Amino acid sequence: MNFLKIIQVAFRALMRNKIRSFLTILGIIIGVGSVIAMISIGQGAKSSVEERFQSLGTNLLFVRAGSSYSRGVRGGMGSVTSLTAEDAEAIQEKCDAVKYASPTVSTRAQVIYRNKNWNTSVIGCNEYYPEIRNWTVELGTFFTRSHVKISAKVCLLGQTVVENLFGEGENPVGKIIRVNRIPFTVIGVLAEKGESWGWFDQDDVILAPYTTVQKRLLGINHLRSIDVSAVSFERMDEAEQQITELLRERHKIGPYEEDDFFIRNMSEISRMASETSNMMTIFLASIASVSLLVGGIGIMNIMLVSVRERIREIGIRMSVGAKERDILFQFLTEAIVLSVIGGLIGIIIGIVGSRLISHFAGWSTLVSPASIFIAFIFSAIVGVFFGFYPAYKASKLNPIEALRYE
Amino acid sequence: MDNHLVKLREIVKIYRTGETELKALKGINLDVKPGDFLAVMGPSGSGKSTLMNIIGCLDKPTSGKYFLEGKEISKYNKNQLALIRNKKIGFVFQTFNLLPRTTALENVELPLLYTKISGKRRRELARKALAQVGLAGRENHRTNQLSGGEQQRVAIARALINNPTLILADEPTGNLDTKTGDEILEIFKNLNKNKGITIIMVTHDPHVAEMAKRIIYLRDGEIVDEKLNI
Ligand SMILES: Nc1ncnc2c1ncn2[C@@H]1O[C@H](COP(=O)(O)OP(=O)(O)OP(=O)(O)O)[C@@H](O)[C@H]1O
Ligand SMILES: [Mg+2]
Repeated sequence: MNFLKIIQVAFRALMRNKIRSFLTILGIIIGVGSVIAMISIGQGAKSSVEERFQSLGTNLLFVRAGSSYSRGVRGGMGSVTSLTAEDAEAIQEKCDAVKYASPTVSTRAQVIYRNKNWNTSVIGCNEYYPEIRNWTVELGTFFTRSHVKISAKVCLLGQTVVENLFGEGENPVGKIIRVNRIPFTVIGVLAEKGESWGWFDQDDVILAPYTTVQKRLLGINHLRSIDVSAVSFERMDEAEQQITELLRERHKIGPYEEDDFFIRNMSEISRMASETSNMMTIFLASIASVSLLVGGIGIMNIMLVSVRERIREIGIRMSVGAKERDILFQFLTEAIVLSVIGGLIGIIIGIVGSRLISHFAGWSTLVSPASIFIAFIFSAIVGVFFGFYPAYKASKLNPIEALRYE
Repeated sequence: MDNHLVKLREIVKIYRTGETELKALKGINLDVKPGDFLAVMGPSGSGKSTLMNIIGCLDKPTSGKYFLEGKEISKYNKNQLALIRNKKIGFVFQTFNLLPRTTALENVELPLLYTKISGKRRRELARKALAQVGLAGRENHRTNQLSGGEQQRVAIARALINNPTLILADEPTGNLDTKTGDEILEIFKNLNKNKGITIIMVTHDPHVAEMAKRIIYLRDGEIVDEKLNI
């Protein structure tokens, strides 16, 4: 028998028992549907985590003052004054795996424009900061090297700050706002990032030259941190290495002494986050697979009943020349047709289901072609696996006994 | 060399059910020439069906040799036997043995499903076979919509479709009234006379056996008598 004939025969047999076939398929539909929906939840979570990391900055490294080892007594970060603007300069100049480095300082400040006021965080940085942290300027321009040099009292506003200080349609560029009572000229507005980290709103921020923030707002000479962007994702570890060597030398740290700074490599953190969400995906998918397994057992059950019911048919087929192999394939094909049809419907249900989940629960979901492919292959495998035993039993029947069977 | 179609030598069939052994055939020797029409008679339990199943390659003898067209069938494996059933032999049973809820055409096509013949040609041949047994126009009737006589005609058409050299019929008229039975027998007679198909038929009815060219009598698994009709 050729392939098409086998499928045709299987289809005819299944159509003779429509309701039973449908109920059998239902198990697979639910199994495949929930596998796809669960994977889509996991993948959705993963991609939104990745997006958030992307919005933080590309190939980002943080150099912070202090020790990474949490010896509480040494005080938190920022209380150590070892990191300077010259360090940042040196990192920019000497480390060839580093593309940009920006000194940063930050503080919270009360900002006032006319009768409105707002409490926000002010970050002091240099002209490379937008490149490092993926900021784009929506209106106006970013400040330049010379602004930094002369500690110009200029700033750029994040969207949240604009919303809270300015009226609808009002252009903030050129206006003067007071930051802790010191007048700053607004020279630009930052484009919205949108991605938030829980309660933390990335757009609730003011950017100003770090020199200005150091002198006017904080009265310090050291830095909170140096934000660094590596030339490429692959060279992030190399950049970390180079910075460590450079800073140890600059800070005259002996071979057995501990660093007085620490480096946060975002590639590691984002890798960890991705791994976590991958684990979650696997976990969800394996729970859903249980229902696929139950569906498979349903197929096996029905196929066993069906073989028993059709013993006479098997005898008749054998008496006119069906080989064991023909009977085996006939019943195996029925099982596979059942599970594949179930799989196809399940894929549709899974896609629709994950849409509904993201619509009603507000979770982001992502149905990847890979998950559809895997679910489909899986359902076919379930058909083969659970269909084999009943089909094998059918093929081993003795023709005469089968013909006599009542 | 002999040119027997069927040649049985010392065929023995023993059934084992648990402890008990039952010798259903006790050394059968039988030769059937091509074009013969053989009737097999004997009391119930004498081993007629057992013999037919062995000749029909549905079962293997416990011992003895079976030659079909000179080839030693008793040495064949299951797959080879299936092929012989498909190509050389047509079976007609007392209980018709048609697939339920299936059309006459599909039933007749069935043996061809296990060949390389295309779907179109399959239906063509099945239509021809149905016409041959007088069922033209009933192709799409389902098994349960047909009378017993019609069902047996479908079974004969199915047996004919592969152009077998040998047709085996195990009490083909046993479930039919006399008139319908005679019609069925007429078909067998025509197939034997006009197409030269060899027929072996089990029957209880002496009147039916009269139609055959030759009659053998079985009792307790042995051939006890043989008669030629002229
Ligand atoms: N599968 C089997 N297992 C055990 N014994 C069997 C089996 N098939 C047949 N027999 C026995 O073998 C003997 C011959 O049976 P067989 O069916 O060949 O008789 P028969 O001549 O066809 O009878 P009938 O005219 O009633 O159809 C009987 O005694 C029967 O009980
Ligand atoms: Mg019998």
